[in-house]
Amino acid sequence: MATASPATTATPPPQAPGQVPWIVQLYGTALGKKYAMAISGILGLGYIVAHMVGNLKMYFGAESIDGYSEWLREGLLYPILPHTVMLWILRLGLIAALVVHVHAAYALTVMNRRARPTGYQSERHYVAADFASRTMRWTGVIVLLFIAFHLADLTWGVEAVNPAWEEGAAYANLVASLSRPPVAAFYLLANLALGLHIYHGIWSLFQTLGWNNRRFNSYRRSLAIGVTVVVIGGNLSFPIAVLTGVVG
Amino acid sequence: MNLTLQVWRQAGPDVPGSFATYEATDISADASFLEMLDLVNERLVLDGDEPIEFSHDCREGICGSCGVMINGVPHGPQRGTATCQLHMRTFADGDEIVIEPWRASGFPIVKDLVVDRSPFDEIIQAGGYVTVDTGQAQDANLTQIPKETADLAMDAAACIGCGACVAACPNGAAQLFTSAKLAHLNLLPQGDAERYERTESMVGVMESYFGSCTNMGECETACPKEISIDFIAMMNKDYVKAKFRNRRSA
Ligand code: FES
Repeated sequence: MATASPATTATPPPQAPGQVPWIVQLYGTALGKKYAMAISGILGLGYIVAHMVGNLKMYFGAESIDGYSEWLREGLLYPILPHTVMLWILRLGLIAALVVHVHAAYALTVMNRRARPTGYQSERHYVAADFASRTMRWTGVIVLLFIAFHLADLTWGVEAVNPAWEEGAAYANLVASLSRPPVAAFYLLANLALGLHIYHGIWSLFQTLGWNNRRFNSYRRSLAIGVTVVVIGGNLSFPIAVLTGVVG
Repeated sequence: MNLTLQVWRQAGPDVPGSFATYEATDISADASFLEMLDLVNERLVLDGDEPIEFSHDCREGICGSCGVMINGVPHGPQRGTATCQLHMRTFADGDEIVIEPWRASGFPIVKDLVVDRSPFDEIIQAGGYVTVDTGQAQDANLTQIPKETADLAMDAAACIGCGACVAACPNGAAQLFTSAKLAHLNLLPQGDAERYERTESMVGVMESYFGSCTNMGECETACPKEISIDFIAMMNKDYVKAKFRNRRSA
């Protein structure tokens, strides 16, 4: 009888361990990549929360948010550090986190595809795997595209994306951008995707990092729901406020 | 009971397979799922057809050989129940039942519903044991182990290695199996001495055959022994510690 041999899913590691620092070795493994995703995810989450809270200043008028954006650029840790240095430290940290997060996600997706080259031929019924957890790859891609658009729209002021953009006028720029209904719709959609993504992410990171304690496990869901509702609720309110004229 | 079965038929590892339809008539509601398949096979043989190949051994939910997908769920609709322990009364007269083998590159199909689960054996060979003689049964009583710890280790040791976790996982990951096998030794003093070597090497073999966990929790609901994904968290924590501790010996 012909024998089937189980196929391997691993990408062979570059040889000579021992000469590689352990942290790099760890990243070479799938579990290590999951760790990297959890930690870079926490950094991203921290940023997302701060970003939402900072943006609430738009409800206090143009001066408030323009002053805040000026402070972010010039005032962070000044005069301990020269102008904009702290901003760039944060930016580089976020870029590094994003690169690691996306690279690990890509590598693990490839591995997972290899783990089941032929899917089920009959209908598969999921019991626990919810919509958020099964769409992480797609919501992740939507968020990634959104980040690129959002930077072009309000940070760089790319002519084709936001023709009315002016350096330093945060309030006027965001009103100009979000009063265009298709753009506002994209902001809303992207934030719903982000909501699904962080909802599963927050719950999942405890599991990945092994922060598991039977006494607290039941709170992980509530924490994930709470943070998601607050952050995404805030974010969704901004385009709605501009469209309805509350802001602008 | 009369049922219509859609069964995956595949003559060998490298030939394409497809679903075939069989009428399973006059089935007792008290028959087990495998007894129902036995009856269908008996009739197939009488008609001169090839019987449906499926794995089974103990038929009491402890050997782990009988797992198949039943209506898109590993081991069928009843929680905490292996295929052999599933009774036909969980279905209704006239139901259509779709039966398919596990799908994973680590579990290639041998024939019909039979898959080769030898990568699980390889994971065990990589460290699923204690290397010293821990004595006879009575010696176990000489080591004091808190009741909670013993219970937790026992929960993990309930794993029968059926592969339902891999089959259920949308990523084809074997985290639940590996973490259960690790926890059942690592939690106890006899296994604790080799905890980090064991964790590193068993996870290494696991990753060479299976996918990567994204914490969907599907495995936990498919497990006939209802093993908790808490053990996966424990494994994740131990693995990073293991990588750090073993960094010079690599
Ligand atoms: S036949 Fe042994 S577990 Fe089902």
